[in-house]
Amino acid sequence: MAWQWFHRLGSPKWFYEKTTAWMPWLLSISLLIIISVSIWALGFAPMDAKQGNSYRIMYLHVPTSIVAMAAYYVMAIAGGIGIIWKMKLSNMVMKVAAPIGAVLTALALFTGAVWGKPTWGTYWVWDARITSVLILLFLYLGVIALQEAFSDQEMADKASAILSLVGTVNIPIIYKSVDWWFTLHQPASIKMTSSSIASEMLYPLLAMIIGFYLFFTWALLSATRSEILQREIKTKWVKQALLQKA
Amino acid sequence: MPMHPVRKQRLMIVLFIVVFASVAVGLMAFALRQNINLFYPPSKLIDGEAPEGVNIRAGGCVVPGSILRSKTDLAVSFAITDGKGDVTVKYTGILPDLFSEGEAAVVNGQMQGGIFMAEQVLAKHDENYTPVEVAEAMADASAKTGTSHQASCDGMDMSGNKNY
Repeated sequence: MAWQWFHRLGSPKWFYEKTTAWMPWLLSISLLIIISVSIWALGFAPMDAKQGNSYRIMYLHVPTSIVAMAAYYVMAIAGGIGIIWKMKLSNMVMKVAAPIGAVLTALALFTGAVWGKPTWGTYWVWDARITSVLILLFLYLGVIALQEAFSDQEMADKASAILSLVGTVNIPIIYKSVDWWFTLHQPASIKMTSSSIASEMLYPLLAMIIGFYLFFTWALLSATRSEILQREIKTKWVKQALLQKA
Repeated sequence: MPMHPVRKQRLMIVLFIVVFASVAVGLMAFALRQNINLFYPPSKLIDGEAPEGVNIRAGGCVVPGSILRSKTDLAVSFAITDGKGDVTVKYTGILPDLFSEGEAAVVNGQMQGGIFMAEQVLAKHDENYTPVEVAEAMADASAKTGTSHQASCDGMDMSGNKNY
C-alpha cells in the first residue's frame, strides 16, 4: 500500500520510538561539521580581495538565511498536511518549526547587519531583500503568537497553518527580490549551475550549509519529540517512556 | 487508492489559500513595483522621472576617473552611470571603504539643478568573491599582456530588465 508509510507517520509513538536512535548521531555529526568547517572557514580560507576578512561573516549569514527559508517550507507544508489529513504529528512539527525558524531568521538579519556596516556603510537599509526577510521573521513570530493565543490546541493549529500557508508567497519573493528590484543587497552568488565565489572560499560555505541543514534537522526532531511527550502525556506509552528514562 | 473526498476538499482549500495569497501579493507587488525599488538609476534622474528637491536614492556604477576630492575638506564629487546616462553626485563626508571606481554605489539625497546632493553614500558589493592572490595575479597578467586592467563600468547591469 502506497499510503501505509504515510499513515504510520501519523502515529506520534511510532515517530518517537523510530527517531530515538538518530538523535545523538544527528547532533554529533552536525556539530562536528559546523565546528571543523568554522576552523576551515575562519582560519584557512583565503581573505577576500575587496572586503578583507569581513566577508567571513557569510559562513554564518548564508547558511542561516538558506535554512531559515527552508524551515518556513517545512512549517507551511506540515501545516497543510495538518489541515488536510488532521495529522497530530504534522501539527506538532509546524508548531516547533516556528521558533527554530525565527531564531535562524534573526541570526541572518543580525549577521547581515554586522557585515553591512563595514561593507555598505550602514547596518540597515529598507531594500526589498532585507525587508522581505524581516517579514519572514514577523511571520514566524505570528505563528508563535497564534499558538499561544488559543486555549484550544486544534484551533491554534488551524489558525497557525493558515498563516503559514499564506506566508509561503514570501519565500520566492525573498529569493528573487534581488533580481526583480533595485536593492543594496547583492544578487545570488551561488546558482544551480555556477558560482561567483572562488572555489577555495566556496567549498567551506557549501559544507557549512550542509552542517546547518543537519543541525536544523536535529533541532526540529528534538523539539518535535518533546512536543510529542507534552501533548501525549496522558497516554500509557509516554508514562512508560518517561519512567524508563528516570 | 483514491483520496478520501473530505481530504480532497481540504486539499483544495489549502491550494486555494496558497494560490489566492500569491495572486494577491503578486498584484500588490506589481502595483507598488516602483516604490519597492531602493533607488533610481541615473537615466531616470536625467529623464526627470524622479522628483527634484525631495529625498530620494540613486544608484549606479561610479564612473572611473570621475572622482574629484577637495584638497581642504571632505567634499567629493563623482559621477554614477547605468550605461544609459550619467549623474554627478556631490557629497561631504567619509566614504565607505568599499567605495571605488568601477563599483556600484547607492546615494541618498536630493536632485538640485541636475546635480545629486548626497547626504549619505553607501557602497554596493557585487556577488563576486575573489582571494587576494587571485586578484593580484589577474592584475599582473593583464599588465604583462599589455591589456590594461582598469576599473570599468562595462558589463555592469544596473538598468537590467527591472520593472521600472
